[in-house]
Amino acid sequence: MSVIDGQVRPGPGGLCQKGWTAGELLRHPGRLTTPLLRGEPVSWDEALDFVASRIRSYEPDEVAVFGGGGLTNEKAYALGKFARVALKTSQIDYNGRFCMSSAAAAGNKAFGLDRGLPFPLSDLRSADTVLLAGSNPAETMPPFLRHLEGARLIVIDPRRTPTAERATLHLQPAPGTDLALALGLLHTAFIEGVLDKEYIATRTSGFVDAWRIAAQWWPERAERVTGVSAADQRAAVHMLAGRSYVLTGRGSEQHASGTDTVSAWINLALALGLPGRTGSGYGCLTGQGNGQGGREHGQKADQLPGYRKIDDPAARRHVMDVWGVTELPGPGRSAYELLTADDIKAMLVFGSNPVVSAPRASGVTDRFRALDLLVVADFVMSETAAMADVVFPVTQWAEEDGTMTNLEGRVIRRRKALDPPPGVRSDLELLHGLASRLGVGGFPVAPQEVFEELRRASAGGPSDYSGITYERLENEELHWPVPSVDHPGTPRLFLDRFAHPDGLARFVPVDHRGPAEPPDEEFPLQATTGRVLQHYQSGAQTRRIGELLKAVPEMYVEVHPDTAARAGLAAGGLAHVVSRRGRVTATVRCVPSMRADAVFLPFHFPGDGRANLLTNPALDPTSRMPEFKVCAVRLERA
Amino acid sequence: MRRIVIVGYGMAGARLADEIRRRDQDISITVVGAEPHAAYNRVLLSTVVAGTMTPESTRLHDEGWAEEHNITLLLNHKVTEINRSTRTVVAEETRGPRVSLEGTRGPRVPFSYDALVLATGSTPWVPPAEGLTEDGVLAPGVVAFRTLDDCARIEAKARKGMPVVVLGGGLLGIEAARGLAGRGCLVTVVHPVGHLMERQLDPGAGSVLARTLGRLGIEFRLNSLAAKYLPGDGLVLDDGSHLPAELVVVSAGVRAETSLAVEAGLVVDRGIVVDDVLRTSDQRIHAIGDCAQHPGTVSGLVQPAWDQAAVLADRLTGANPAARYLGTSVVTRLKARDVDLAALGDVHTDVDCPDSEVLCFQEPSRGRYAKLVLRDDRVAGAIVLGAPDAAATITQLYDRGVPAPTDRLALLLGRALPAEAASPADLPSSAVICRCNTVSKGQIVAAWRAGAESLPQLVEATRATTGCGGCKDAVCGLADWLGASQPQPA
Repeated sequence: MSVIDGQVRPGPGGLCQKGWTAGELLRHPGRLTTPLLRGEPVSWDEALDFVASRIRSYEPDEVAVFGGGGLTNEKAYALGKFARVALKTSQIDYNGRFCMSSAAAAGNKAFGLDRGLPFPLSDLRSADTVLLAGSNPAETMPPFLRHLEGARLIVIDPRRTPTAERATLHLQPAPGTDLALALGLLHTAFIEGVLDKEYIATRTSGFVDAWRIAAQWWPERAERVTGVSAADQRAAVHMLAGRSYVLTGRGSEQHASGTDTVSAWINLALALGLPGRTGSGYGCLTGQGNGQGGREHGQKADQLPGYRKIDDPAARRHVMDVWGVTELPGPGRSAYELLTADDIKAMLVFGSNPVVSAPRASGVTDRFRALDLLVVADFVMSETAAMADVVFPVTQWAEEDGTMTNLEGRVIRRRKALDPPPGVRSDLELLHGLASRLGVGGFPVAPQEVFEELRRASAGGPSDYSGITYERLENEELHWPVPSVDHPGTPRLFLDRFAHPDGLARFVPVDHRGPAEPPDEEFPLQATTGRVLQHYQSGAQTRRIGELLKAVPEMYVEVHPDTAARAGLAAGGLAHVVSRRGRVTATVRCVPSMRADAVFLPFHFPGDGRANLLTNPALDPTSRMPEFKVCAVRLERA
Repeated sequence: MRRIVIVGYGMAGARLADEIRRRDQDISITVVGAEPHAAYNRVLLSTVVAGTMTPESTRLHDEGWAEEHNITLLLNHKVTEINRSTRTVVAEETRGPRVSLEGTRGPRVPFSYDALVLATGSTPWVPPAEGLTEDGVLAPGVVAFRTLDDCARIEAKARKGMPVVVLGGGLLGIEAARGLAGRGCLVTVVHPVGHLMERQLDPGAGSVLARTLGRLGIEFRLNSLAAKYLPGDGLVLDDGSHLPAELVVVSAGVRAETSLAVEAGLVVDRGIVVDDVLRTSDQRIHAIGDCAQHPGTVSGLVQPAWDQAAVLADRLTGANPAARYLGTSVVTRLKARDVDLAALGDVHTDVDCPDSEVLCFQEPSRGRYAKLVLRDDRVAGAIVLGAPDAAATITQLYDRGVPAPTDRLALLLGRALPAEAASPADLPSSAVICRCNTVSKGQIVAAWRAGAESLPQLVEATRATTGCGGCKDAVCGLADWLGASQPQPA
């Protein structure tokens, strides 16, 4: 999309209401335009001096950085470098940990490489069938559906979402049972004779071990656990045999067993012979604006630029050479562990609002209150910014240059269309200002200069950007890896071989575990959280746009009419949704298509409407993803 | 180090070994199995008979499983003796399965145990018809339906167009019959009761099931017993009639395999009697699976065995000394292509029973039968035949104890059909047409009235269709309707 005379115009791909109204934030009266020190306006110099002097008083690992998947590649890269070189701290992670980390971990295990879609988005237009596991793009990414117009949709979701309403087949598993369903589908595919045995033999390893587990999930057993009928499982595997894609979203990933759940979907895709071929495949639908690029260039606790592993000596050497340093901190803690660590004294938050978006939000809020120093860079007064000792007003999308990497691994130029309001600076200027006060150089403020360095730092890594230049992006569509300036980019990965040394994709043997917190007598319902079309993430931006707020003005809970009636609740009335961790106040919406034992809460609202007051911070052992998607609750009259 | 000896390498014994090893890497585990194969998934045998799965793919463990997990595994061995005072067992080599041990004494292998687990399973019960067995062994042409080797025998023999009799119209008998009919055999099921699967079904459901299976080519002789088997010819039934059969598959029920326990002096009723910690009358001896008798379960199903294995592993390894087995609620699910049947709980309550709410729907011509027994608003029992969605939903309500929805009819019939597409005229003004941009019918009508009469004009005025594009037809439909409903010039 573009901005013409301050008005948003859609590109060829379409726009939803958030896109159409995105321009309103640029000149919003709530826009931050001056740094704040304990709520009082101060100059940039004063704020920077204050933060730098405080940082100098802590040990390096007492200072933590929390980034965001909405930051440009340049900012994400600079932030990771800033943490490790200027702050010398290992304590950096970002909100993408709450987003795609399970899919990333599973993709790396199976294919040896994680790129959201290892094929161009437009390939989906030729699909016969697309399976969406735990994804609701009709609300989260409406223009994406234009790519699915020709395909039959199989939608896996405990709720009858707008996406599910468009499906040829909607499979409605009980919350937290997607893994059992994927195992049941693999078993069903076997007995229905639609496995691609030739592909399994020549392009994969480890089928037998995965099968030994799936063999114990005959469709009738999977039905009993998931509630998805064996007949529907059979229908699904027959639809999937052929030119099909399996795509996963947050619904599969945001569980304490999220990595294994995605592995189970990938196992199904591999057994059907889908990945690494033109016309079929597996992919993860990336969430945030720069969800893909944000996870590649070093704001993740365990990673260095170019999607390198921070504990790999060769990777460390390469990056230290580019950065001109002789030491680097090792891996740090994951997002939730970092946000709640009581040995952290100072926290610098960029492009994120964890007070609303982190699990068990009350604990995070308490922990933030106990910090010595909380610094937030944002362009509106988010709930986290409101708690901060220092707030820096930074630029937003139309006011800055840079690059983003979209869900298909394609690097996209963001072009500055407007000057920011006076008093607003870019995050790169902020990092430069802090680093120079800490006596550390190497933090240019020009995005292109940062990108040039990112190219060198990523060279030879899994996500290699070394052949990408701002000039090339003017005329070319470049999917990483692009290892040299004359390389055409890699729209389709894995066509000849997967990224493991033997070239084979790996089946990962996984079994169903079920939700970390099963319902019981005290908390008999299961709550699941998600998005609505009109709001983005914590809602800090979209709740400030009148048109969006009017459409969805307040926190609500979706409940089956019978369940509401049994709890003495009526549509439109107020309810308390209570879990072991907190209590949310929400307006009751009666939705007949809900399961009677489940409720749904959107997570875009602040205060006592924060869905994350309820959520369970049980972490996935591999990805450290919290279990946002299911926790045990009860309903009470408010 | 504690030594655990597991007698039996079927679904229960194999599961227990896995569960123990998952909790404890060091404890000594010995497994003794009578069959020559690594453990396999007995639940899948009907798919092997149906030809959709190979014997290899039903295996629970690989060849290297025991070594990989540091487990002593004896295949082709049978425990013949338990010495409770010295806490030892003696295993002897068998010469393959189903061979009587009489006179085949191989080398005797003694094992000491700290805890002994009997997971000896069950053996097929053979009806007392003349000629079915010869010297305690099944006659030529007669095969049980219990083991992988049985399946191999059935597969080797079954041919298209061949008359086959299945003795027993219970769950497994019907699964075998369906598999064989799918292979083109001419199958007749002989069942001693007046309707099929009488343990799980009421007569109405049994008769609809028979009708459905009849359409798949299976014939039935109900209320009939086999009186005599004539090898190479067939069966004579108790009414004197004759049934041709080149293969007789026996699936008339099983008996818990308790002989070892009886000899050891343990308390045995129908099975080896166990308490909530799966202990027999000897504190050091446990029993799980089909050979065990616990008041909370019925035998012959895998779920109780797996639940028991988890509880026992928790206790034997000390992972959870408080673990208790309190029974398994059983949902019977027929695994037969083109027949969708689920039965659970109490199904024998009549429709006019005063203290229950019983709903029944019958449509025999389409193979549908649904019966729902509710007590205190909760599912107490159900039979659902030919309505897969309803079966899945009702099972979930039953397992989770969730109150049944007030719309009982929708529950009984399964997935509600989508509502008829409403005509634009009937939609309320507030109906959202373009979800991506929250554009209501009212806004589109207003834009049209203000002069935006073409699709591009409506798009420009309202932003409808610019998101996912899915509402384009609806917007065009509205424009057409508005155009048609204009007052015509006189």
